[in-house]
Amino acid sequence: MASEEMEQLVRREYTQGFVTDIESDTAPPGLNEDTIAFISKKKEEPQWMLDWRLEAFEQWKKMSEPDWSHLDYPPIDYQAISYFSAPKKPEDRPQSLDEVDPKLLETYEKLGIPLHERAALAGVAVDAVFDSVSVTTTFKDKLAEAGVIFCSISEAIREHPELVKQYLGTVVSRGDNFFAALNSAVFTDGSFVYVPEGVECPMELSTYFRINAANTGQFERTLIICDKQAQVSYLEGCTAPQRDENQLHAAVVELVALDDAYIKYSTVQNWYPGDEDGKGGIYNFVTKRGDCRGDRSKISWTQVETGSAITWKYPSCLLRGDDSVGEFYSVAVTNGRQQADTGTKMIHIGKNTKSTIVSKGIAAGKSDQAYRGLVKILPRAENARNFTQCDSLLIGDQCGAHTFPYQEISNSKSMVEHEATTSKIGEDQLFYCQSRGINEEDAVNMIVNGFCKDVFQELPMEFAVEAEALLSVTLEGSVG
Amino acid sequence: MTGVQGFLDQLGARKQLDAEPSWIAARRQAGAARFEAVGFPNRKNEEWKYTDVSAIAKQQFALTDNADFDRAQLDAMMLEIDAYRMVFVDGVFSAELSSLDGLEGDVSVEPLSQALASNHEAVGGALGRLNNVDFSAFSALNAAFTAEGAIVRIGRRVALDKPVYLLFVSRKQDAPIMTHPRVIIEAGSQSEATIIEHYIGEEGAANLTNVVSELFVEKAAHLVHYKLQEASTQEFHIASVHIEQARDSHYRSFNLNLGGSIARNDLVAELNDENAVCDYYGLFFGRGRQHMDNHTKVHHNAPRTYSNENYKGILDDRARGVFNGLVHIKRDAQQVRGYQNNANLLLSDRAEIDTKPELLIYADDVLCSHGTTTGQLDERAVFAMRARGLDEAMARGLLTLAFAGEVLDSVNEPNIALRVERAVAGKLPDRFNLQDLVEAQDA
Amino acid sequence: MLEIKDLHASIDGTEILKGINLTINPGEVHAIMGPNGAGKSTLSAVLAGNEGYEVTQGTITFEGEDLLEMAVEDRARAGLLMGFQYPVEIPGVKNVYLLKAALNAQREARGEGEIPAPEFMKLVREKLAYMKMDNSFLQRAVNEGFSGGEKKRNEILQMLVLQPKLALLDEIDSGLDIDAMKVVSQGVNSLRSEDRSILMVTHYQRLLNHIEPDVVHILMDGRVVKSGDKTLATEVEDRGYDWLTEGSVA
Repeated sequence: MASEEMEQLVRREYTQGFVTDIESDTAPPGLNEDTIAFISKKKEEPQWMLDWRLEAFEQWKKMSEPDWSHLDYPPIDYQAISYFSAPKKPEDRPQSLDEVDPKLLETYEKLGIPLHERAALAGVAVDAVFDSVSVTTTFKDKLAEAGVIFCSISEAIREHPELVKQYLGTVVSRGDNFFAALNSAVFTDGSFVYVPEGVECPMELSTYFRINAANTGQFERTLIICDKQAQVSYLEGCTAPQRDENQLHAAVVELVALDDAYIKYSTVQNWYPGDEDGKGGIYNFVTKRGDCRGDRSKISWTQVETGSAITWKYPSCLLRGDDSVGEFYSVAVTNGRQQADTGTKMIHIGKNTKSTIVSKGIAAGKSDQAYRGLVKILPRAENARNFTQCDSLLIGDQCGAHTFPYQEISNSKSMVEHEATTSKIGEDQLFYCQSRGINEEDAVNMIVNGFCKDVFQELPMEFAVEAEALLSVTLEGSVG
Repeated sequence: MTGVQGFLDQLGARKQLDAEPSWIAARRQAGAARFEAVGFPNRKNEEWKYTDVSAIAKQQFALTDNADFDRAQLDAMMLEIDAYRMVFVDGVFSAELSSLDGLEGDVSVEPLSQALASNHEAVGGALGRLNNVDFSAFSALNAAFTAEGAIVRIGRRVALDKPVYLLFVSRKQDAPIMTHPRVIIEAGSQSEATIIEHYIGEEGAANLTNVVSELFVEKAAHLVHYKLQEASTQEFHIASVHIEQARDSHYRSFNLNLGGSIARNDLVAELNDENAVCDYYGLFFGRGRQHMDNHTKVHHNAPRTYSNENYKGILDDRARGVFNGLVHIKRDAQQVRGYQNNANLLLSDRAEIDTKPELLIYADDVLCSHGTTTGQLDERAVFAMRARGLDEAMARGLLTLAFAGEVLDSVNEPNIALRVERAVAGKLPDRFNLQDLVEAQDA
Repeated sequence: MLEIKDLHASIDGTEILKGINLTINPGEVHAIMGPNGAGKSTLSAVLAGNEGYEVTQGTITFEGEDLLEMAVEDRARAGLLMGFQYPVEIPGVKNVYLLKAALNAQREARGEGEIPAPEFMKLVREKLAYMKMDNSFLQRAVNEGFSGGEKKRNEILQMLVLQPKLALLDEIDSGLDIDAMKVVSQGVNSLRSEDRSILMVTHYQRLLNHIEPDVVHILMDGRVVKSGDKTLATEVEDRGYDWLTEGSVA
């Protein structure tokens, strides 16, 4: 392929960048006790929640930003960020899709997510978060029938305080890390799911997050609890409008699986990665952790990460219950000036625990990405098994791909295997496809998709389609 | 006094060299200043995440200036190998125990002190030539105490007929001793040589050996480098090995670790020009409370450079093993191939292995892979051997030996391979009872 | 030598052997034949001491001892040696170690001392020559990278060195070309003696042309349905197995 053509395609602007003009009720920038009280009040939270936030804030003040990752970004001024923004008139919040601001619906249209259609066709309940506030929730009745609670975390704090109190912060403690502490102090919205004992959630649960208002951080908090023998599949997808200033995102996701429970958590992340100089992209610092608290429980993370300027994310599993299973399937694609430091931690505590890690990294342009993983086998974790496959594909000679797998093993009856490869797309593979009449662009897509197949097949169907599309958009023209 | 200051105080106590060249003095001062500034590494330092050296920092070590050692005892300890031999006792060169007879042609094998005394300017070029060699705390400490070591120069096109054997003996003393040897190897272009660094301690010795080795492998030179570490289980062994490779050179390292209370090896190879090949083989076997840490790095600084690595660890009792291997491919170092493998065997539930094979890659047309496995022995093989009448323990012992054998098979010095194999067999739990079996092979 | 009485065995709850009776006297060579799925490999596995097979009923006595109570290694030491159909590869373990360790384990069990190294090497070299195997074989890892024929030769070599009282040969002819078959059978035949017995399990009559059995048993559906002399094998070869299902149980 001609290099000019390639350059042109690499420089292709973000197709999903636009700004929706909705006035926001935004807290003034800055972080102190008053900001937190403001958020808590806006959310109509009880006193115990405010106290919990303030304690987190106290911890955060004593912590410093981690510097061990393979990431390079200018210092973040946490006092310059606005920690709350909501649509102007909360009391007028739309109760159904018909009442939703047409502009918002238009936004979804541009993103290729016809909300009501999608919801109706796919049978997916959508809890759309727009500027930190839940605007619409569907299929609540059907879920209620099954006894499944699916609502915003704010609503859960008000309506189900006993569940929130019991589980919030028990997987990711407030002081777990700098970003988790920040989130605990200022989280504004997110989802809450509770699936009662023996219930298989009748539909896949989905939340689309958007970041919109300028200079606004988003701090979602998600808590999913699967009681004994319960099952749920949760989908999270993101895409964001173009912005000039970097936007901070520091979410916390906590999953709890009790005996024989199964939680599948899938993410497609396509936030604005910044312009060709890396300006204006989202900073994504996420703490995601699942706790296989019960015996024979299973937590499976699947992620497709194509967006953000900076990604710092390690969805992890604590395999506490005997015979519990943890899985991590990941595709990370970086282009332009994107930087990603992502991976997982599998902590084997119980006996006969098993974990599988499949990570596929594709770096193009001037991007840099790292897989960082930890497999830890504690002395009690007899017959623990881990298998890790970690492959990187480099496209172009200005990018970097790195692998940092930590393994800490202290049980002699366990088995830990790690394999990793780094290579480029084979010229012979490309040639072969081209000799069959396929153009280079399509050939690259085919090969890259093949490279990622092990992960894509873990995604729910409609996500898999979206993921493949995202991949080709991100990589367009990056081969020369 | 212990800690950083305690070590530096010893500097004043050491015997002054006669008319020390000023550049050596400057190096020494720089090393001391650097060490004072960085102090002993702690576990917040990623490079030392799994290795706690506070036991070294807390200890007080003296310096010695005599090399008294019984000849018969030495004979019993050293490798049975026909070689050009230099012997250092607690870091002090012993001409009496060394044997350099027959060395001729464009080759020099000298103690560093002698080389500095006779023509210090010639040494100046090599000593510390590599970047960052004296950057880390222990290397800086070594620089501060530079006094003795070995300097080996192999001229252009020389194919050395016998290996060069550098034997470092550590004695059991009333008070622990520290030594900071510096080993410099220059393998001239198109030369061929085998260097054996052998560290061995008397039972009960509790000394600190802090060695820095610098190896220069010039164009098309072939250098095989054995490092056999058999310190006593109360000793501290810290080694930094720096390798610089030119075009078409081939360097092969065997890093064999059996001894030490804390043993740490840092290997750093710089592949600076095309077609340089670096092979790292390693074996470590810890038992009791031994702590064995191997950090290896290969920097592919030029296109079409190649590296292979295979490290194997066996850990019993409460021993802890660390493996950290890095393959780094610099921007524009295209068509590089790098392979890395680390396999570990845990024989006890109280043993631990922490392994991290790293890839740091900035060029796209490369092929790199690494793999690690930690696990147990093949149960089908255990059964097959029991079906021949072997008890289970012996079957497991033999398989463990076979596990180590994968590295030893590449050793071209039969006496080294046999010595290590016996030592591994000897270190396996008594119930495996393998010692006699291994020796029977000679018959 | 070996007495099997009413042996029932199952794997994963499925009964495979349904009452086997078999007696082998010293000096005798027995062959067990049968169609696929008859239970031949299960019988071999039970005799070898492979865990995973559950004996639900019956007894096996070897030299007056309860074989089922004996661990795998104890069986080998007592003189019951198994020649496997699929010998496992053991990377890194040299053949010479295995042979020496196995021989010494056996001697120790008999209350004898370890074999002196020179004597051992002499013995092994002699057997190697007999099996037409090169001395370098001793330094190779057990079965690693061996062809099918080499693996089987190695099984027989071990028999020659270890001199079992009862040699069990499980499909020893599988995967052998005709030359290898000759060497292997020659090795087995050299084992024949008044106080040693051999039990062969085989699918094909062909092997029995090379190693002539005293007694042939036909195993079908977990039972011995007929026993006879070597002509029984020829008969099976000609007529197949079906006619036996209606015949009387031996």
